Amino acid sequence: MRTHYSAWNLFKSSLARQPDWAPAWRDADPKPRYDVIVIGGGGHGLATAYYLAKNHGITNVAVLEAGWLGGGNTGRNTTIVRSNYLYPESARLYDFSVKLYEGLSRELNFNIMFSQRGIVTLAHTRHDLDSHSRWANAMRFNGIDADTLGVDELKQLAPRLNFAADARFPILGGFIQRRAGPARHDAVAWGYARGASALGVDIVQNCPVTGFITQRDAVVGVRTPRGEIRADKVAMAVAGHSTVLADLAGFRLPVTSYALQAMVSEPIKPVLDTVVLSPAVGAYWSQSDKGEVVIGGALDHFPSYAQRGSYALTQQVLAATLEMWPSFSRLRLLRQWAGIVDVVQDSSPIIGATPVPGLFINCGWGTGGFKAIPVGGWTLAHLLATGRNHELAEPFQLERFTTGRLIDEAAAAGIAH
Amino acid sequence: MMRIHCPHCGERPENEFHCGGQSHIQRPPIDCTDAVWAEYLFNRDNPRGDHAERWHHSHGCGRWFNVLRDTLTHEVRAVYAMTEPRPVVAR
Repeated sequence: MRTHYSAWNLFKSSLARQPDWAPAWRDADPKPRYDVIVIGGGGHGLATAYYLAKNHGITNVAVLEAGWLGGGNTGRNTTIVRSNYLYPESARLYDFSVKLYEGLSRELNFNIMFSQRGIVTLAHTRHDLDSHSRWANAMRFNGIDADTLGVDELKQLAPRLNFAADARFPILGGFIQRRAGPARHDAVAWGYARGASALGVDIVQNCPVTGFITQRDAVVGVRTPRGEIRADKVAMAVAGHSTVLADLAGFRLPVTSYALQAMVSEPIKPVLDTVVLSPAVGAYWSQSDKGEVVIGGALDHFPSYAQRGSYALTQQVLAATLEMWPSFSRLRLLRQWAGIVDVVQDSSPIIGATPVPGLFINCGWGTGGFKAIPVGGWTLAHLLATGRNHELAEPFQLERFTTGRLIDEAAAAGIAH
Repeated sequence: MMRIHCPHCGERPENEFHCGGQSHIQRPPIDCTDAVWAEYLFNRDNPRGDHAERWHHSHGCGRWFNVLRDTLTHEVRAVYAMTEPRPVVAR
């Protein structure tokens, strides 16, 4: 069976109509015991399992997924990878992730189609221009690429934007992170799953966790409809449902779940070769490789576990889209959906130990978890393997809500939390 | 679109309202521990199911009131005054 993806193997196998490709990963049945259980078969959980095996040689690992692999937020986001954050702690964390993304196709032997076409943030007022200068300068101080843009440069980059003098949201300028851009989200989940599975990790689908097994107050395993599974350590990466599991384990999180909307148009010819974000109208746009215009929206501002998003917000996001891109008015929408995201008051993640011994957590990425998949997996794997926080994750502990050492990225979170 | 029954104006669409988050949170005494203060400031119930929350008819009469809402189905299960305790609503 062929396992390595290459032009040569594709050619060789094509001589006989590609009969001999091995499945990308094993759909495993759970064993009664593992060294580590990772709850959540999305990007972060799969990356955690992959780096446990790859970086630390811990291969007796299970990833337990309630539904199907990558079927939660990993398959529901708008695929933007960027590191345009404000504070040094976040800059280090997210840029490490961008750098891992840059080498990920080669690392995983799976084309994740990371296209560094840049992300442009638009300024519509004098105050936006001032805050963008501060934001771009902060990024440069942190060693991350950022350039402010004038209107002429923006017209070159995205000529279909509404540059009319009497526009409701006049475009006065913006700034760009050129190393940012979309990747293929399914490929990220599948690539990590394939990599982890090849190193011996069990990926178990249709296996929701319904409870924790504890011994002297420490977690020593999980209960599932497919039986009890024990482990030395249990990690959870279940964005959107973090508090549901925390309730089962008996601890509290500063997390509220909201529905984040996105939608795509029918596929059209190339019209937009960068990513454009307007914080003022609460929407952002890119074009997928298939040609769909991908529209990312804001949050429904009430707690929600419904993976669909409200009509009120769909209307608002589409109104904003037509205001900013008048020529999109005749596009038809193909799909509209929502992912349930963890929102934390300082718009920064939590990667570390929980108050329950033996249980570790990766959560709180808010509206931007996709970009952080590699670093979320890398740092959580480090903690599980060594018992110490990775230095990148040290500032992002649960204790910060008690000590008051918050990392307030609300301004740079992209879509307002 | 969700329709919410404002106690003053009657049933109105959700985009006339603003959700003010979890209801019935009591402020602890000012000399409490950091952990108790953090619990008060940051930790929220966030259930997948019935949630007692405050709503404000911001584009209407301006009244604040409580709503018991299912966060999975968005069904409004009860509307009650700010000072009333959370009602028990049978499934």
